[in-house]
Formats: sequence, C-alpha cells, structure tokens
Amino acid sequence: MSDLKEVIRQYVIDEYLEADSDQEITYDTKLISGGIVDSFSMVSLKVFLETKYKIQIPDAKATPEAFDSVNNIAKLLKEFGIE
Amino acid sequence: MAYSTELRNIFQQELESIQQAGIFKEERIIHAPQSSEIDVVFPAGSEKKHVINMCANNYLGLSSHPEVVKAAHEGLDYRGYGMSSVRFICGTQDIHKELERKLTQFLGTEDTILFPSCMDANAGVFEAILSEQDVMIADRLVHASIVDGMRLCKAQQDTFKHSDMDHLEKKLQLHQDKRSRMIITDGAFSMDGDLARLDKIVELAEKYNAMVFVDDSHATGFIGKTGRGTHEHFGVVGKIDIITTTLGKALGGASGGCVSGRKEIVELCRQKARPYLFSNTIPPVVVAAANKVLDIISQTTERRDKLEKNTQFWRKGLTEAGFIIKEGETPIVPVMLFNAKLSQDFARDLYHEGIYVVGFFFPVVPKGQARIRTQLSAAHEMSHLEKALNAFIKVGKKYDILHKTKEEIIEKYGL
Repeated sequence: MSDLKEVIRQYVIDEYLEADSDQEITYDTKLISGGIVDSFSMVSLKVFLETKYKIQIPDAKATPEAFDSVNNIAKLLKEFGIE
Repeated sequence: MAYSTELRNIFQQELESIQQAGIFKEERIIHAPQSSEIDVVFPAGSEKKHVINMCANNYLGLSSHPEVVKAAHEGLDYRGYGMSSVRFICGTQDIHKELERKLTQFLGTEDTILFPSCMDANAGVFEAILSEQDVMIADRLVHASIVDGMRLCKAQQDTFKHSDMDHLEKKLQLHQDKRSRMIITDGAFSMDGDLARLDKIVELAEKYNAMVFVDDSHATGFIGKTGRGTHEHFGVVGKIDIITTTLGKALGGASGGCVSGRKEIVELCRQKARPYLFSNTIPPVVVAAANKVLDIISQTTERRDKLEKNTQFWRKGLTEAGFIIKEGETPIVPVMLFNAKLSQDFARDLYHEGIYVVGFFFPVVPKGQARIRTQLSAAHEMSHLEKALNAFIKVGKKYDILHKTKEEIIEKYGL
C-alpha cells in the first residue's frame, strides 16, 4: 500500500507542481480542497490511475472528495482491488 | 408547497456563507451606453458617478459606435426585431449567411457557423464532432465555457500545465492510441492576459497528428497585425482546425458567437450541435450591426493600432510606477494584489477616484492570486489613461504596495 501511495504522491508532484515549487505533498495533503489540483485538471489524475492500473473509475466515484488526498485516492483504488 | 421554508433556509445559508467568505458579487448599475466614460450608481441609492471604465471587453471601442448603432437601426427596419425560431427551421436570414461569410474571410478559415454566444459554441462543438474514441487535451487555464463543453462530450479528457509545451508533448505521446487528439486552448487567456504559443502548438499538432482548437474571444479583432487573432500573431493562419470566438467583446459587444474552421467540422455543428439546434437564432438587429463591425475592421487597422499604443503606454506606466503586473502584450493587464480583500478595497478606492475596475478573487482566479484586471480600449484617449494611472498610483501609495515584491505584499496583507 505504501508503494501505491508513493506512486500517487510522486505523480501529483510531477503533474501538478512547477519544478521550483516548495509545496509539500504528504499522503494527507488536501489536493482539491487545498487548491493544488482543481476540479478540472483532476481529470488528468483519473486518466493516470485508469491507465496505470487498467481500471475504469465511474464518474460517480471520481469525486473531488475521493481525490482530495493520496490517502483518499488509495482508499478508492482499494475498491478496485488495487493495493 | 415544493419550495419549502426548509429549502429556502438551505439556500439562504449558502448565500450567507458566500458573503462571509468575502466573495459575494454585486452588480453596479450603469446609466449610460458602454464607453470609455460611463455613469454608475453603486451602491444602490447613491449618487450617480461619472467614471472612466477600465474593465470592459470593448477593446475596439465599437460597442456604442455611431456607425454600429446606425447599422443596428437599419437592421431593425430592414430585417425586423426577432426571428422566433432556431436557425434550421426559419431562423436563417440572408444577413446571417453574410455574417458567416465575412467571419470566414476575416479569420482565414473554410467555413463558419453562428451560435447565440461563444459560450454556446464551446458547449456544442466538442460533443458534435468527438466520440469516446477521441481525447481532448486542454490547457489548464481554458475558459469555463470550454470546461463545460468538454464535460458534455463523451471523448476522454486530459489537461496540460498552462502553456507548458513540454507537458503538452508528453500528453500527446500518451494518447497516440486514440482515434484522434484535440489540443484545446484559449488564444488570449482572459485572466492573465497572456497568449497561447500557437506556433509551437501547431508544430506539436503536426508532429503528433492532432487537431487544434482555439477560443480567440479575447483576441479577435485586435491581436495580430490586422487583428485577425492569435493565429495571425503567430503566423499560423489556415492551420487552426477550430476557432471559436465571440461577437460580444471587440466585435460590437452585443451577443453572438461562432465556430469557424474546417468545413466538415462546421457542417457537423450545423447537423448536430445542440445549442445551434435548440436555441434561438441571433436577432437580426445584432447580425446587421455585426456585419457593419466586420466591414469596419476589415477596411482599416486604425482601431487595433490605437489599442496597441494605449496598451504599451498603460503597461509601461504601471510597471514604472511599481505595480506588479502579469507580463504580456495584450490589452488585458492584471494588476496583482494577491489578497482578496485588498483587491476589493483597492477597486473601491479607485471608484472613489473616478476609475471603474473590479477586484477578481477566488474562485474566478486561484486563491492567493487576487488582482484587478484592467482592460484597455481603443475608445480610451491618453487623458483617460493618464488620469487612471495617477489614480492607481495614489491608491497604490495609500496601500503601500508600490515597488514591493509579491512576498512583501503577502506578508503585509496575507493571502
């Protein structure tokens, strides 16, 4: 599970932060409600998860709450058998 | 009763939370035609105030131009008030087709279809031409109407960091398995005033076999040597597959929008785009005036040239005075204040000095990026801009933000 969380965390850093950003991303950092990922660019995170883990996340489950932290995302992926 | 007291209270609480967050918007009532100088009553019940308008999309000063107004009057007499119809039933007049031809010629495309607004054009175009086999790859700062339009479409969505061509290239590589790829961007970004690098975007599109979509609403009429838009500025006329733009900004400021581009795409919009199929046609009065606007801007570049000079003066003046502005060359000039309350107080004080601007803050712009977005017009004379600049400097001194860094302003006022 910690490998999974680290993969997600690193993707968020690469995908959403500028190279010179000093924003810290922990497994609990609020990604959407904290303004790091907006609800529009969140789709890129969904694309990454679906492509990497070969799953389809229904729109009803791909909510800002479900994507609001690395921990939340890992919890969502567990529903698809990804740990 | 369906609208119960309980429901009323829920909505009331939501309104109160918006007010408490300091992001409640209020309309200011204008008692004049749109122009460089207007009369405003704000707050309600106060004396009418004569102010210089620095926040209209009236880039070419045509919103109340006598020739445009005259053409509108003639249109009312010649072709009536309303069509009471969508386009395809009995809502297409000869003047609608004339306007579509003029836009096609002006923008350098194959065909054009009018929509009731550019918001409608953006809402309708993606769903009309793309399927789940395709992917849309959008700049993260595209206009809200594009976000909405993408969400209505079944194609996959992805985004790239604002104007980051390396990131866009990675996304294009990632999506080579799709039937088609569409790169989506604003031409001129409405909040920052910067231009999309269309030359590089077209290069990547050709390399990775992708279409290019540009919403040029804040560029049509004045960006580029002859005002054709961002594509002219970057030397890629004829290489943009879809341009959407509005008649509601530089091109008269009334209403209306269009999709202009490859003829098959435009025809698919005519056959399938829902806002085109189900919304009323643009009224004849607006079409007649828009036709006149296209004639004016096709015959001379004097208005866009004057706008360019005004923009250079304004940007230089603000920079030398010590304001932090977003760099660029468009007449959209954000004065960065970072703190939402500061942007509102600053705008209020400028209003007292006779300058009408509005503070922009979350959610219109990201948190911590509050600003006053100034917009130049060809209707501004030097005397307007000098007065406005002096007012900005006076208020800037009051809040002690001149020649300060972003960090110093944030330290003083917070985020």
